[in-house]
Amino acid sequence: MSQSALTETANTLAPDGLQGVVADWSSDQRAFKRVPWGKAMIWIFLLSDTFIFTCFLLSYMMVRMSTTVPWPNTSEIFALSFGGEPIPLILIAIMTFILISSSGTMAMAVMFGYRQDRVKSAILMLVTAAFGATFVGMQVFEWTKLIVEEGVRPWGNPFGASQFGSVFFMITGFHGFHVSVGVVFLIITARKVWRGDFDTNRRGYFTSRKGDYGAVEIMGLYWHFVDLVWVFIFAVFYLW
Amino acid sequence: MTSITPAQAELISPAEVEDVELYHPKTWVTKYVFSQDAKVIAIQYSCTAIGIGLVALVLSWLIRLQLGFPDSFDFISPSDYYQFITMHGMIMVIYLLTALFLGGFGNYLIPLMVGARDMVFPYVNMLSYWIYLLAVLVLVASWFVPGGPTGAGWTLYPPQAILSGTPGSDAGIILMLVSLALFIIGFTMGGLNYVTTVLQARTRGMTLMRMPLTIWGIFTATVLALLAFPALFVAAVMMTLDSMLGTSFFMPSIVEMNEYLEYGGGSPILFQHLFWFFGHPEVYIVALPAFGIVSDLLSVHSRRHIFGYRMMVWAIVGIGALSFVVWAHHMYVSGMNPWFGFFFATTTLIIAVPTAIKVYNWTLTLWHGNIRLTLPMLFALAFIVTFLNGGITGLFLGNVVVDVPLSDTMFVVAHFHMVMGVAPILVIFGAIYHWFPLITGRMMNQAMGQFHFWVTFIGAYVIFLPIHYLGFLGVPRRYFEMGDTSFIPESVASLNAFVTVAALIVGFAQLVFMYNLFWSASKGKVAERNPWQATTLEWQTPEMPPAHGNFGETLPVVYRWAYEYGAPGYDEDFVPQNQPPIGASAETGGDGVPDGAAQPAK
Repeated sequence: MSQSALTETANTLAPDGLQGVVADWSSDQRAFKRVPWGKAMIWIFLLSDTFIFTCFLLSYMMVRMSTTVPWPNTSEIFALSFGGEPIPLILIAIMTFILISSSGTMAMAVMFGYRQDRVKSAILMLVTAAFGATFVGMQVFEWTKLIVEEGVRPWGNPFGASQFGSVFFMITGFHGFHVSVGVVFLIITARKVWRGDFDTNRRGYFTSRKGDYGAVEIMGLYWHFVDLVWVFIFAVFYLW
Repeated sequence: MTSITPAQAELISPAEVEDVELYHPKTWVTKYVFSQDAKVIAIQYSCTAIGIGLVALVLSWLIRLQLGFPDSFDFISPSDYYQFITMHGMIMVIYLLTALFLGGFGNYLIPLMVGARDMVFPYVNMLSYWIYLLAVLVLVASWFVPGGPTGAGWTLYPPQAILSGTPGSDAGIILMLVSLALFIIGFTMGGLNYVTTVLQARTRGMTLMRMPLTIWGIFTATVLALLAFPALFVAAVMMTLDSMLGTSFFMPSIVEMNEYLEYGGGSPILFQHLFWFFGHPEVYIVALPAFGIVSDLLSVHSRRHIFGYRMMVWAIVGIGALSFVVWAHHMYVSGMNPWFGFFFATTTLIIAVPTAIKVYNWTLTLWHGNIRLTLPMLFALAFIVTFLNGGITGLFLGNVVVDVPLSDTMFVVAHFHMVMGVAPILVIFGAIYHWFPLITGRMMNQAMGQFHFWVTFIGAYVIFLPIHYLGFLGVPRRYFEMGDTSFIPESVASLNAFVTVAALIVGFAQLVFMYNLFWSASKGKVAERNPWQATTLEWQTPEMPPAHGNFGETLPVVYRWAYEYGAPGYDEDFVPQNQPPIGASAETGGDGVPDGAAQPAK
C-alpha cells in the first residue's frame, strides 16, 4: 500500500485538469492515482452511507407530509430554561458546536500524523474522541429528558404527530451510533499511533497487516462525514 | 485494436504499488474455514447460495403442486402457500442470485481477471461471507419460530406485512427484516472490496478498457448494489420499528377485526418507494454480471472478439445509471400522479436502447465466428433468446396503459421469471460449466450436462409461455386457489396441471446438475491447461487451479484486450492478454507465458 518512488515517472507524464482525469481513468493499475486502497474504500463506503442517511431524511420528510396531525414545534421542545427564560435549541446548538470543533481537532490530528508527530497526533485524536463522547453524552441527556420528563415515545408523544418521536429516536439514534463507533475507532487508532505501530510496522491484531499513517486520514474522513451528516440532520430536523 | 505494438511494449508503466504481502494461513481452519483467500471465500459463498437456493427450488415445487392440483394436498394450507411464495422469491432474488453472482463469481474472478493476488482487504472480505452466512441462518430460523416465516409476499408491502392476518406476522417478518439488514451489512463489506480491487489493484497494463466484460458487469452491479441496498436497509429498519415498537412510518390509521389499531399517519407508499428504489436496481444487480459473463462466454466459444467492446462497456454503465430512475414503474397501480407514470414509463423504455445494443452485439459476435457448441456456449445462446423474450414482455409492462390491466396477473410472474429468473440462471449454469475446470481441475460430465441443458432450456419455455397466457386470461398472481371464479375458464386448471408437471421435470434436471457437480469434482475428466483456449488472465496462472496468491512469483503484465482471437501472425487462434507482442521482450520473467499459450510464429 505504501507509495513507491517508481511511480513518479508515470505520474509526471499525466496532464493537468480534465485531461488528467481522463488520462488517469484510462491508465492501468489505478483509476485514482496516488490514492491508497484504504482511502479509496472509505470514500466508496461513505458514498453508500450517504444514501442511507439520505433515505432516512427523505423518509422523515415524507411521513411529515403524510401525517394529518400537526408536527410539534422543535424550537419549543428542544429548549432549555436558564433562569426561567427558555432558550430554543440551546442544547442542540452546543452539541453542533462541539461536533464541528471535533472536526477541527481531527484535521489537525491527520496533519500531525503525516508529519509522524506521534504524540500530538494521538492526543488530538483523543481530544476528538472526547468531543465525540461529550456529544453522545449530551444526546443521552436529551433522550432522557424527552423520555422521562416530557413523555416522548417512539410510538407517540404529547405534542403532536406520533412520527415526531419515531423519526427523532431513529435518526438521532442512528447518527449517535455512528458517532459512538467513531469514538471507539478513534481510541484504537490513537493507541496505535501513540505506540508507534505505523513506524515499527507492527501488524494488526485481526488483519495481520502493516498499517501506515493513512489510517489516521481514513479515520478523519469518517469523522468529517459523521459531522457533515449532523449538519443536515440539524438543518432539516431541528430547524425546520 | 486495443493491443499495443512492440515499440509501445517498452512503455508499459512500472508497478505503482508494491506487491502486497498476503496473509499466509498456517492451519487447516484458517486455510479452508476462516479463509482470507478470495477463491475459498467464493466457493463458500457459492455453496451457501446454492444450498439455500435448493430450498427455494423445493418451495417452487410445492407452490406448483398447489397451483396445478388444488384441493389435493392437505399439507399445503393457504398460510403455507403464502409463506412458500414469499420465501421462494426472497431467497432466489437476494440470497441466491445476488450472492452467487457477486459473492461467488465476483470473489473468484475479480482478482484473477484483473491480475491481482487477492481482494484489497481480505480480512473484511472474509467477514463478508460469515455475515452472509449468519443472514441465511436467521432467514432459515424463521421456519422454527411460532407462526413460521413471513407470508407477506417477497415485496413485504405494509400494512399487510405486519398485520395479524398475514402468516408470520409475529416473529417471521422480524427475522426476515433482520436477515435482510445483515445481508446488506455483509454484502457492503464484500462490495467495497470488489469495487476497490477493480479500481485500484489492477496489474500492469490492465487498463479499465482492457478488462473482460465479466469484470465490467460485476463491477457495475456492485456499484449499483452499494447505492441501492441502503434504501432497503432503511426500509427494513423502519418496518422493524413499526412491527416491534409500534411506530407508524408505514402504517396509516387502520381497522382490524372491528378495532382501530394504534397506528396512524404513516405512508405505505413510502415503503414502496424505498423498496423499489432498491428493487429495480436489484434487477440489474443480477442482470449486469450475467450480461458480462455471457459476453465472455460467447466470445471464447465462438473464437471471435466481442463485437463493439466499447459500446458494450458503455451500455453496461448506461443501464446501471438508468436503473436508478425507473423504480416507480413497479407502482403504476399504487396511485401516483399520472405525470410520474409518464416520466417513469419513458425512462423505462429508454433502457431498451442500451439493452438492445447488447443483444445486437452478442448476435454480431457470433457472425463469422467459429462457433463451438460446448455446454457453456449452449447456455449462452439460450440466454440471448430467453433474455430477448423476457425483455420484450417488459416493454408491455413498462407502458402504463398496458400495465394496468396486466398488473398482478400471472403475466407479471411469467415476465420476471423469464428475464430475471431463467435468463440469469442460464448464465450461471454456463459460467459454472465454463469455469468448473479452473476451479476444480476437472471437466464437467458432458452427457449429464447435455441432458441438463436441453431439459432446462426447453422446460423453461414449456413452463413460462403458458403462464403468460394465463396472465392474459386474467388469472391473478399469489392466489391460493381460483375456486369458482366466473371469468376464468376451466382450461386454466388443466394448463396449470401441465405447467406443474413440466416444472417438476425441470426441477429434477437441476438435481442431475447438482449430482454432476459432485461427480465431476472427483471423477470428471482431468482438464488440460486452458481447456477453452481463452485469453483472459484467470487461465494463464502458473498452476491450475490457481494457488494462494494466484500468479506465482511475479504478477502478469497485460499487453492487450481480452478478446484477441484470430490475430494474424500467431500459431494459435487466440493470444492471451499477458503475451507480449511479437518482437517485444517479455517483462514478466518466469511465469509470464503459460503452457499451451500461443507462441509467436517464426
